[in-house]
Amino acid sequence: MQNIFKDFVRNFGIPRLIILGFFLLLCVMAVFLGLDFAELMSSSLVRIGMNGILVLAILPSIVCGTGPNFGLSLGILCGLLGGLIAMELTLNGFTNFFAAIAFSIPLSVLVGYGYGLLLNKVKGSEMMFAIFVGWSVVSVMKIGWLVLPFNSPEMAWPIGRGVRVTIALLNREVSQLLNNLWAFNVGGVIIPTGLLLFFVICCFILWLFMRSKTGMAMYAAGDNPRFARAAGINVDRQRIIGTIVSTFIGAVGILVYAQSFGFYQLYDGPMMMPFIAIAAILIGGASIRKASITNVIVGTFLFFGILVVAMPVANAFAADIASMAEITRQIIQNGIILYALMQAGKGDAA
Amino acid sequence: MKDNPKLNRDPGHAVKKKVTSFLTNNMVTIMFVVLSLLAFQVSGMNSNLYITDIVSRISRNSFTVLALIIPVIAGMGLNFSIIVGAMAAQAVIIYVTHWGVPGFAGIMLCVALVTPLSILLGYLTGHLFNRVKGQEMITGLIFGYFAMGIYTFIFLQLVGGVLPMDNEVLVLSSGVGIRTTIDLYGGLRYGLDDLFRLPLPVMLIIAGLIAAGYQLFIFMRSDRLKAQRFNMIIGIAGSLLVVVLAIVLMNSNSLIRLISIPVATWLAIIALCFFLFFFTKTKLGQDMRSVGQDRHIAAVSGINVDRVRVIAIIMSTVLASWGHIIFLQNMGAWSTYGSHMQIGFYAIAAILIGGATVTRATIGQALLGVFLFHTLFIVAPAAGRELFGDAQIGEYFRVFVAFGVIGVTLAMHAWKTKLQSNQGIRAIKDE
Amino acid sequence: MAEYLLEMDNICKSYYGTKVLTDVKLALKPGEIHAIIGENGAGKSTLMNILFGMPVIHSTGGCEGEIFIDGQPVEIKSPLQAMDLGIGMVHQEFMLLPNYTVTENIKLNRETRKENLVSRLFGKNLETLDYKSMNADARKALDSLDIGIEEYTRVAGLPVGYMQFTEIAREIDKSNTRMMVFDEPTAVLTESEASNLLDAMRKIAERGIAILFITHRLDEVMEVADYITVLRDGRLVGTMRKEDATIYGLAELMVGRKVEKLFNRKSRVNFEDVAVRIKNLTVNMPGERVRGLTLDVYRGEIFGIGGLAGQGKIGVANGVMGLYPSQGSVVINNDDLTLNDPRESMKRGMAFLSEDRRGVGLLLDSSVELNIVITTMQNKGLFMKKLGPLTQIDGSKVREHSQKLIKDLDIRCTGPTQPVKRLSGGNQQKVCIARALTLKPDILFVSEPTRGIDIGAKQRVLETLLRLNEEMGMTIIITSSELAELRSICDRIAIVSGGKVAGILQPDASDVDFGLLMAGQIDRKGA
Repeated sequence: MQNIFKDFVRNFGIPRLIILGFFLLLCVMAVFLGLDFAELMSSSLVRIGMNGILVLAILPSIVCGTGPNFGLSLGILCGLLGGLIAMELTLNGFTNFFAAIAFSIPLSVLVGYGYGLLLNKVKGSEMMFAIFVGWSVVSVMKIGWLVLPFNSPEMAWPIGRGVRVTIALLNREVSQLLNNLWAFNVGGVIIPTGLLLFFVICCFILWLFMRSKTGMAMYAAGDNPRFARAAGINVDRQRIIGTIVSTFIGAVGILVYAQSFGFYQLYDGPMMMPFIAIAAILIGGASIRKASITNVIVGTFLFFGILVVAMPVANAFAADIASMAEITRQIIQNGIILYALMQAGKGDAA
Repeated sequence: MKDNPKLNRDPGHAVKKKVTSFLTNNMVTIMFVVLSLLAFQVSGMNSNLYITDIVSRISRNSFTVLALIIPVIAGMGLNFSIIVGAMAAQAVIIYVTHWGVPGFAGIMLCVALVTPLSILLGYLTGHLFNRVKGQEMITGLIFGYFAMGIYTFIFLQLVGGVLPMDNEVLVLSSGVGIRTTIDLYGGLRYGLDDLFRLPLPVMLIIAGLIAAGYQLFIFMRSDRLKAQRFNMIIGIAGSLLVVVLAIVLMNSNSLIRLISIPVATWLAIIALCFFLFFFTKTKLGQDMRSVGQDRHIAAVSGINVDRVRVIAIIMSTVLASWGHIIFLQNMGAWSTYGSHMQIGFYAIAAILIGGATVTRATIGQALLGVFLFHTLFIVAPAAGRELFGDAQIGEYFRVFVAFGVIGVTLAMHAWKTKLQSNQGIRAIKDE
Repeated sequence: MAEYLLEMDNICKSYYGTKVLTDVKLALKPGEIHAIIGENGAGKSTLMNILFGMPVIHSTGGCEGEIFIDGQPVEIKSPLQAMDLGIGMVHQEFMLLPNYTVTENIKLNRETRKENLVSRLFGKNLETLDYKSMNADARKALDSLDIGIEEYTRVAGLPVGYMQFTEIAREIDKSNTRMMVFDEPTAVLTESEASNLLDAMRKIAERGIAILFITHRLDEVMEVADYITVLRDGRLVGTMRKEDATIYGLAELMVGRKVEKLFNRKSRVNFEDVAVRIKNLTVNMPGERVRGLTLDVYRGEIFGIGGLAGQGKIGVANGVMGLYPSQGSVVINNDDLTLNDPRESMKRGMAFLSEDRRGVGLLLDSSVELNIVITTMQNKGLFMKKLGPLTQIDGSKVREHSQKLIKDLDIRCTGPTQPVKRLSGGNQQKVCIARALTLKPDILFVSEPTRGIDIGAKQRVLETLLRLNEEMGMTIIITSSELAELRSICDRIAIVSGGKVAGILQPDASDVDFGLLMAGQIDRKGA
């Protein structure tokens, strides 16, 4: 019995236990403080649904062997561009949403392909490279937002040039689109059916993809490139496919996120988003080399659950609530990435 | 693999080869010189303003950039965790400001307090790095963000509350947390800079005379080859030319002659350069070079690799914290939760622009890099305004440049490493 | 003063329960050149690791037996301690820092230093290096070897032979060195460099420094050694003065073992029908390079490829299967094979069990069934079904197929879904065989099929291979470092030396023939 427990601790990792413990503690405190549990549940569900697909986007990159996609901002930018194009065409509601996804497909395939080629050139230091590619492209796009010919009045600054820092989706009937679809109320808890369903469908499609011939080849290429080569698999090609898929899911992810949030956040918005998604999948039990859809779901639930519950609890203790949530996120997020790096380091030493 | 004798005999080819290899090895730097020149031209910037600005930027940023050299020597790459040293400096400055110790005394107090703190933090960082050998850079980067979370937590949530601080100027009106900007005016501001100032021309004259004197001294003593003699004569002549120009400048009515140089700060930078130069010639420096080249071989020959690496990070952290004190006392007003953020990236971008790589960095590269990077920083917004009618574009561009140059350097490093291993195979094939 | 500088007595060592050294003895006098010879895996390196106190020994439970230096018992716990005791090592892979000068390398971590102002304040670590005296010391050490390398040149770009001399000079420069170990020093040298080295060894010995010379080149042994110790399978099989030894005697001692004909098999070889014809094959496999090898293998044959490590035997199968860059011509079933394309090799009916089972052979974290089918799935599109536009893995077919093979090959596992990393080495190897069989090959390459497998399982793996050959008429090409294994099941055995076939022997050829071929004697003398 004790051994089973020890094994569990070792496999799960002490930091994850701490995070789980912290989550439970927060929940207990929430009850203790008499916070509105239904409301907490509702907002947790929304946060999980809106972030889940971004977390899911990290999965293919880990599986195909390029490591957690720190350059997910590329996919996010593709999604935002798609969204802005849809907006420029004054599309409304679901037409807008799905058109945005459709526009982002060619963009993310193109970007993912180029980015995948680069990643193949820097095998072994993908993560560090990806961070700076992501940040560089975010900075270039900051210039892009200023000079791209988007003229729709909802986007452009009334004076000066360029598009706004945040663009409201309300007027295009995109805001809360999925959240409100088939939403219902159970004992005060609002279930955002459409949002969660969309997340589940995305997970399912990726699951199917992972079981296809290409998916299996990608898995083998990531798990053991030398094996894959001996099995006649073109490892570089599989890594590019994984990068494209990750980029595309990232694009879809930001559109789902934005419709729930109600705004597109441009300029610095996408900069640190990959870190959040990576932290979530790592909290869910993934490592730098291995990940599964379960990791995505568990990680999303835990990480965003904590962030939602931490806010009102912090309200009771801390001086500055908004910053407290931010600090919690920063410490947990970077702590878990550090832990994952150290675990990977251990493997190399052995 | 053998050199083709025919090629070697052809001097034109050899020169061409030299030029090509110079160009490829210094690609980033050359690109930057060109870029800066162009941007300067386009910006139509007043050169007086430019010189005033660049001189003050060099004096406040060089120290931190020089702090990056030691970990590169020890094979740990670009130390993204110098931001930890910067935060230590900020923490100390907050308290020294709170206690109200102004001027140079305050600066010395800061140094005295920040040194043990940075040693401790550097020790922790070093041990962390020893657990992730080969992944120091990304670990340093993430560790920086992690430490930022803790720093923000302490100064925004604890100070004033759990850690009492009774100071209306520093603490937020709620009584808990430090305000988002801190003004050192009337306190530590210019604590080091104002210790001793000289006008630029005077400084140039003194520097020129010292340089000329030193070279003359060497020249008299040594019996070197002709070529070197020639170089030395050129050197002495150059130094004297600087003196003459400075005298001309002093008697002109150019605004540049009014620029006052913070001599103490410059002396600190020069002292650090001398120390780094001296350090590479010491036993510990040699150990770092050995560890930097090959950890395994160093360990087999009895060097305590882990210890040497920890010392390298401690030194870098301490130097970075001192550098950040120099930076902040010059800036005066600074953002409590943001000043440290870009320090690491900008310092690293600067040294890379100077021509450093993940495995090689020199004092000259650091100083050249600071000059080029900050030149671009100064002229980019104006160039953006001239070219696109929007200064914002120039500002975004310089941020892109900082990240881009780091990305490109990392890629080239990874690519070269891969290429070398391939070349190894090819060499064996050719044997 | 004791008569012997070093004595090692009854040394025993096991790794994870496998004995690699049993009761080995060694005695070394000052100024003596003592050669230690043996095949790969005979225990030479382990013995030297013990002498040098390498961490690998202590992390695996230490060793038994006693070591005496000058008659005093010592326990060598670390390489540093070994150095303190005056034991110097000239490594096979150079311990040189390429960006340092020859001097800096010779003086690595033993730099001469000068006091300065800073060091007086902050400690000895900040003393400056005294390059003048370091260069002088280096010059002296190099001169004593009669080597004209300039001490201030950088090591990067020096010829290999000079690098080796730099290493030797480092050991000589250590004032306390009394004994030096040369671990296969001539392996990387050209003929003339090697002869320079042997001269240098004599000079060092004249200074009273004892030398342990590890090698498998018998002619070099006969040239310089005073004493010769032969190891085989971790046991001492002979110690003799050079005067009492002959090359033939040594070769026989090195290889000789009772060959048990484990299996009775009827040879079904058709010597008319060439299954694999390799002509002038070059393979760039680091450490196992093939340099223009030519070979015919007949249909239905079990063909063995043997030879010492590093001579290129492993490279042959890896080259034909397209895993390492290759050149030359390979004809399979009378048709040219396109090289450097693993898919093509598999399409042409070949399959491969890699020598690196855990690195290349398996997806360790994946299930037994996935490991069995994935190669076939990727190359032939089997075990898939259609689901709209997507292909999907056909779970029931995979299950059915893998259960059949698990039964046929007797793979001991809890079921087809068990991760292969939890299986024993023998069963992992069977999973590899199962995967190869799923491809339905008619030519099977097998590299080191029994490496890291316990004895009982070894037998079963070999039996399985034999059965495949007899029942399905498969042509099998086995590469192995264990000659006995090859001799027990092969029809013919090629010995690879220097990346070429040194000779092809019948399994019942004499030990001397095998020994001489492996030591490269025949090839070198042009016989």
